[in-house]
Amino acid sequence: MKNVKHPMDFYLRMDRMPHIWCTGCGIGLTATAFVAAMEKAKLDTNKVCVVSGIGCTGRFAGYIKLDSFHTTHGRAIPFATGLKLANPELKVVVVSGDGDLISIGGNHFIHAARRNIDMVVICVNNFIYAMTGGQVAPTTPLTAYTTTSPYGNFEPPSNIPQIAESSGAVYVARWTALHIRRLTNSIFEALNKPGFTVVEVISPCAQYYSRINRLGDGLDMMKFYHENSQIKHWEPTDNLYIDYQKEIIVGKFVDRERPTYSESYKKWLGE
Amino acid sequence: MKFWRKPLDIDEIKIPKGEVHIIKDRCKGCGFCVEYCPKEVLEISEEFNKMGYHPPYVKNPDNCLNCHLCEMLCPDFAIYCIEKVEEEGIIA
Repeated sequence: MKNVKHPMDFYLRMDRMPHIWCTGCGIGLTATAFVAAMEKAKLDTNKVCVVSGIGCTGRFAGYIKLDSFHTTHGRAIPFATGLKLANPELKVVVVSGDGDLISIGGNHFIHAARRNIDMVVICVNNFIYAMTGGQVAPTTPLTAYTTTSPYGNFEPPSNIPQIAESSGAVYVARWTALHIRRLTNSIFEALNKPGFTVVEVISPCAQYYSRINRLGDGLDMMKFYHENSQIKHWEPTDNLYIDYQKEIIVGKFVDRERPTYSESYKKWLGE
Repeated sequence: MKFWRKPLDIDEIKIPKGEVHIIKDRCKGCGFCVEYCPKEVLEISEEFNKMGYHPPYVKNPDNCLNCHLCEMLCPDFAIYCIEKVEEEGIIA
């Protein structure tokens, strides 16, 4: 097994493989798309850092062979902010889940977007806290069952692209894990765009979300995405709420210019 | 391959050929590559790998067009394809 060489092995820590993600999970696909985008962007690997928080997606940093850090719960963006401020040459990528970035790290997400700190945020949204046993998350759709909502979820979910746009992100896109080429292109564009860029990845959770809701395995979720996702670029972000087992609107929603934090700081100092 | 009419640039166009390589022991048997291969090259095999999953096998190796979709859709980095360089690639 050690003699076989996959073309993506250069960016992966092969001593830690096989990874812990379950059969049919979409986080491995996010890793594939990220590696493909890195290959396409031809960035210097010494100048790219990956930061991730806690959760299934939090393991991402451990598998990517770049300078990476696995922070405490929800604090991936503050750590990335510190990295960027201390060494503005770095390209900082935050890869984390919906529970980590929007729930516990929600405040950090909003304020990093407001300051427009130059970083790429890849938010893997699987509608549930998967690693801790399938609790209800801020993105769980209405009426979906989880282990802590056994009679169905009645809390309205949050809309990640709308939060990002209204807080001031300069690039917002959403794709499902199945749209792998478009997702790769979006990550590539986000890597090349200065400012706070958000890419949301709708990912199947085959072990908790789909098992409790009886939606089949990962392949069945992928088939559902294939039939029910609609590409609508530049859709107003307040239309992007995801209802339980209804149509998912994907695409690139925001692409605009704002001065980044480092630029404003230098301008303020008169440099 | 059958055409409903002969393409005008048939002498210049070369259909790429690919060779699929499967690293069986990394596979977790999710079936994404088998489902979404546009040319139906792969199929789930009956054999077990080291972890107890059923990895795919190459059923129709001649159909592969080196599109890399199986490589991109594999969450476990277990499948890749490389271009097969052949002089006979020109369709007649």
